[in-house]
Amino acid sequence: MKKVLITMMALTLSLSTLAGCSTKAPGDPAKTPVAAGKAKYAIIVKNTGNPYNEKEMEGYKKAIAEIGGETILKAPDQPTAEAQIQMIQELIAQKVVSIAIAANDPDALQPALKKAMDAGIKVISLDSAVNAQSRLVHVNQADPNAIGRVEIETIAKMIGGKGEIAILSATSQATNQNSWITVMKKTLEDPKYKDIKLVKVAYGDDLRDKSVSETEALLKTYPNLKGIVAPSTVAVAAAAKVLTDKGLKGKVQLTGLGLPSEMADYITSGVSTAVHLWNPMDVGYLAGYASDALVKGTITGKAGDKFKAGTLGEKTVITVGDGTEIMLGDPFEFNAGNIEQWKTVY
Amino acid sequence: MSMKQRIIIDKRQTTLKSFFFQWEWLLILIFIIMTLVNGALTPFYLNANNLIGATMTFLDKAFIVLPMAFVIILADIDISVASTVALSSVIMAVLYNSGMPMGLAMIVCLLVGTLCGFINGILVVKFKELSSIIITLATMIIFRGIAYIILKDQASGKFPEWFNFLGWGYVGVVPLILIVFIICAVIFTFILTKTAFGRRVYAIGSNPVASRFTGIKVDKIKVIVFTLTGLMAGITALFLTSRMGSTRPNIATGYELDIITMVVLGGISTAGGKGRIYGAIIAVFLIGFLKYGLGLFNVPAQVLLIIIGLLLIIAVMIPNLKLKKIKLRR
Repeated sequence: MKKVLITMMALTLSLSTLAGCSTKAPGDPAKTPVAAGKAKYAIIVKNTGNPYNEKEMEGYKKAIAEIGGETILKAPDQPTAEAQIQMIQELIAQKVVSIAIAANDPDALQPALKKAMDAGIKVISLDSAVNAQSRLVHVNQADPNAIGRVEIETIAKMIGGKGEIAILSATSQATNQNSWITVMKKTLEDPKYKDIKLVKVAYGDDLRDKSVSETEALLKTYPNLKGIVAPSTVAVAAAAKVLTDKGLKGKVQLTGLGLPSEMADYITSGVSTAVHLWNPMDVGYLAGYASDALVKGTITGKAGDKFKAGTLGEKTVITVGDGTEIMLGDPFEFNAGNIEQWKTVY
Repeated sequence: MSMKQRIIIDKRQTTLKSFFFQWEWLLILIFIIMTLVNGALTPFYLNANNLIGATMTFLDKAFIVLPMAFVIILADIDISVASTVALSSVIMAVLYNSGMPMGLAMIVCLLVGTLCGFINGILVVKFKELSSIIITLATMIIFRGIAYIILKDQASGKFPEWFNFLGWGYVGVVPLILIVFIICAVIFTFILTKTAFGRRVYAIGSNPVASRFTGIKVDKIKVIVFTLTGLMAGITALFLTSRMGSTRPNIATGYELDIITMVVLGGISTAGGKGRIYGAIIAVFLIGFLKYGLGLFNVPAQVLLIIIGLLLIIAVMIPNLKLKKIKLRR
């Protein structure tokens, strides 16, 4: 009697899940999802609690609102690929028409993103790329060569051309970070930087407290450290705070990629005399229009495709490496001269 | 004087009412309500394809829920499981990338997990004055620390194509991971409910001192249970690494909380000796689908944590509420 009842328990469990379901064999080539009402465009950023990511989402939302769609914003609470994989699956189930993702790992998302593309969803990456097989096109904020080079040029000028420097990065797998670091290392091989030595690449994981402790560790382990390059808005703000608190302004130079709103005080005080960035809202905005162009069929992600990106004008798809990308522009320097006007913009 | 015959019942009388007032039925009820609510609120939920696909997200940690049920019935706890997963995965990746064949690396992954569990077991048994939470707290830090020493902050991966099949593959319409989980669930349920070993686990949980005096080899059983937990952590490492395609020292962070939540929600009391493994299995799917459903509504990640936390508190509170008329049988 008990066994019968227990079997009934198990059956009720499975039946309650499948009740009213529509079954589809996995791998069924589905048609482009037809959404009832507004089409849903989704963006997944690296993690929450990061003003840079939030501005990207803002820009994306603005673009999608302009074209008349509905935006879904997703951000994991930890900058991990596992969380993003789960979000991709949830978005596939919601039948979105396009996914724009800033990846926490270039390769780990491939199986999930491939499933999305098989379901008819247009997948692009922005800011931090996924590998070329996982996406149709990548929206890049600026040429990584330009970014890496300008970082080294800036820090070299600040420390007077010689000394030890360290790099304080975000997470160790982030595609964008690694491409910039590679360029920085290559730039350092140039004979004019022969007196500058890169002693360490530390990872702050784009988390404030970890970035702070990594900075402190750098200062302790390398007492002769002359400069820190922090190509992450969280890292450069954290390092600036540590240098200010420890009174190391002028002794250890700092530059990196920083939001003018966060770095304004430090630029004025001289802890970091210059940082670079681009407008993250524009990155999101461009990604929004790119997604729309793919969904409407204006472009397919192949090199040479052209489309109009709202107020940013016309953009062309170019080949980079084994994939295609859309460039936003060049990095912009924020220094004491212009920080006042930019710190309220973003 | 006539001797009144006293009948001492050897089994509790099972009336239909007492059967349905079981913890597990409550869980099923919540599950059904959740399914109906989710289905009503969004048309995307009730899609068999998606739901089965969604199981692949949470089933990797479900493997550890099975032996963890044993551990908690023993009135112990093991919070080092996530670190064991990370360490096993990291060692497997590093060995594979140094030339070891993948099959062998996978076996090493299981061995590392088993060894970590064995170490936990020996320590718990040898240092009886220290409770298992303290010991596994220490091993939690040590195991993950070793993983960090091996890989620093880097990732390691580039596994062969076929390795993906573990975490993503289907056998027909059913994901491979679901099949393996069902097999493991059946095995563990059998051990707990139908073998003497299982009964002894309950006995030790109810009253360790009396068990020892009855001749039950308490130490040996504890070591076996912790070792099993380590082995299942190794299996989780295999599936998780396969789903990710690469590994880092910080994977599976926070897994132990999810796993213990699933066990406790399943009706297994942390005081030991009570609870049934069916509850834990139902709780796995309950929490898994709840997270998935909330994700479909794009609930922010932080709110999700609050909801799961509340669920856990309620799960612990309800059995302790002395409701006069209704006593939930566990």
